[in-house]
Amino acid sequence: MMMRESHIMKIHYGTALAAVGLVAVHILMRLAGGYAESLEYANVVANYQFLPYAGLLEIILILLSVHGFNGLRVILLELRQGPSYEKAVSYGCVAGMIGLIAYGSRTIIMVNTGMA
Amino acid sequence: MARQNDNREGIGGMANPGRYGIERVAYWLMRLSGLGLLVYFIAHIYETSNIIRGEVGWDELMELTSTPEAHIVLIIVIGMCVFHTVNGIRVMLGHGGVGVGRPTRPDYPYDPASQNSGHKITIYSAIVLAAIAMIYGSTVLFGV
Repeated sequence: MMMRESHIMKIHYGTALAAVGLVAVHILMRLAGGYAESLEYANVVANYQFLPYAGLLEIILILLSVHGFNGLRVILLELRQGPSYEKAVSYGCVAGMIGLIAYGSRTIIMVNTGMA
Repeated sequence: MARQNDNREGIGGMANPGRYGIERVAYWLMRLSGLGLLVYFIAHIYETSNIIRGEVGWDELMELTSTPEAHIVLIIVIGMCVFHTVNGIRVMLGHGGVGVGRPTRPDYPYDPASQNSGHKITIYSAIVLAAIAMIYGSTVLFGV
């Protein structure tokens, strides 16, 4: 099932605006307690095990994956067109998006639940 | 017909950043920064997954990403991120009809109302803000 391009662009812009706000919080968390100190192992694990922050990371992961891979799809479709090419690009980008979300979620879940 | 085809520049003509002014430069910077940020995002997800390897694995990664070269890459990423955000908001507003001007009768010299000074100023502002953010990032990362 293909979505209308106008709907896809609304999602593209919506994910961008939401990501700007949440990534700003993510960066401020790094800068608040000193950049180097915030990247120490114990600090990073504590961040992941703090559920609201883990949730924030998961939302950022989903928003940026959707926005990034849709942006890639748009760029690739600007370069070349054709029914099979467009289908391959669209499905390829969706696969990449799902793969990245799955890989990133695995890290968040494993550290949050203490499996790592 | 043959002559028309000879004059076709194809995708090279469309993409030429030296033509059509700052808007075409912004078009290119938007796409290049977007691709750069996607590559960085994928690398960042892979990089942070090293936390699963425990403290030793994480410290090894930190050693790798604390080099001057890695900091320079991060500073470029900061610049790309700020430009992409500010220019992206401009594009979004433009698509919504904000700041594109009123449609008028096409008279010589056919200046498009949509490519007005407001948009040009925003593009230059995006570049300046990206440069400021890169300078700030340098002070944080290199501690100068």
